[in-house]
Amino acid sequence: MLEISTSGKCMTVFLSGEIDHHSAAGIRKEIDAQTDRLLPQLLVLDFGGVTFMDSSGVGLVMGRYRNVSAHGGRLEAVNLSPWCYKIMKLSGLDKIAKIQMTGVQR
Amino acid sequence: MTALNKFSMTMDSRSANEGFARLVASGFAAQLDPTVEELCDIKTAVSEAVTNCIVHAYPDGVGNIYISAWIYAGGLVRIKIRDKGCGIADVKRAMEPLYSSLGGERAGLGFAVMESFCDKISVRSAVGKGTSVTLDKYIKGKDLAG
Repeated sequence: MLEISTSGKCMTVFLSGEIDHHSAAGIRKEIDAQTDRLLPQLLVLDFGGVTFMDSSGVGLVMGRYRNVSAHGGRLEAVNLSPWCYKIMKLSGLDKIAKIQMTGVQR
Repeated sequence: MTALNKFSMTMDSRSANEGFARLVASGFAAQLDPTVEELCDIKTAVSEAVTNCIVHAYPDGVGNIYISAWIYAGGLVRIKIRDKGCGIADVKRAMEPLYSSLGGERAGLGFAVMESFCDKISVRSAVGKGTSVTLDKYIKGKDLAG
């Protein structure tokens, strides 16, 4: 369901499949186990492989944002499909974290 | 208004059924030849409504979720998601964007998403009796009556 790669203090999570309330719990647990250990300065959530997302995906990003900012880190959500981007925008998340659609160079 | 087609089903309020409910609703709407985006609108709105039943209506156990849908002339698909759970004391407040009684991992966007991805949504609720959410979506594809 997800793949995590780290380089220095940057941690990237490659998400795939469907993100809903059902799947979010497991994803959250896996990410948090790693961030608690690594305390990354930058947490990148890559939505490139995500085929469906409802507001549970927004909750997932908000919760991770809180976690990394608690120790001074930043969060970016990248590779969002236009669809996922639309839902993220609804939440106003783009005002506190970097939210990018597919094809945008970081 | 006579429905051109309908279905109804009852399922457990288990989170594993969220994906199932989305598939059923989008599969039913597929006969109107919707665009990918329209199907995604329906999937997302149904996912939000069903998640609300699981998370809010039956917080301490498993209850029934009743889903019915109708197709009407003019490309209208109406989906009703009903539960017999705890009900909502203040519907207006529950529908405010970013308000979540649960906080934490819930974004508080369920109703906001349903509103923005459907043409009309109506919510009826009685404390201790349950809640029903009706989603109306016009599919600009082929019209069954046409």
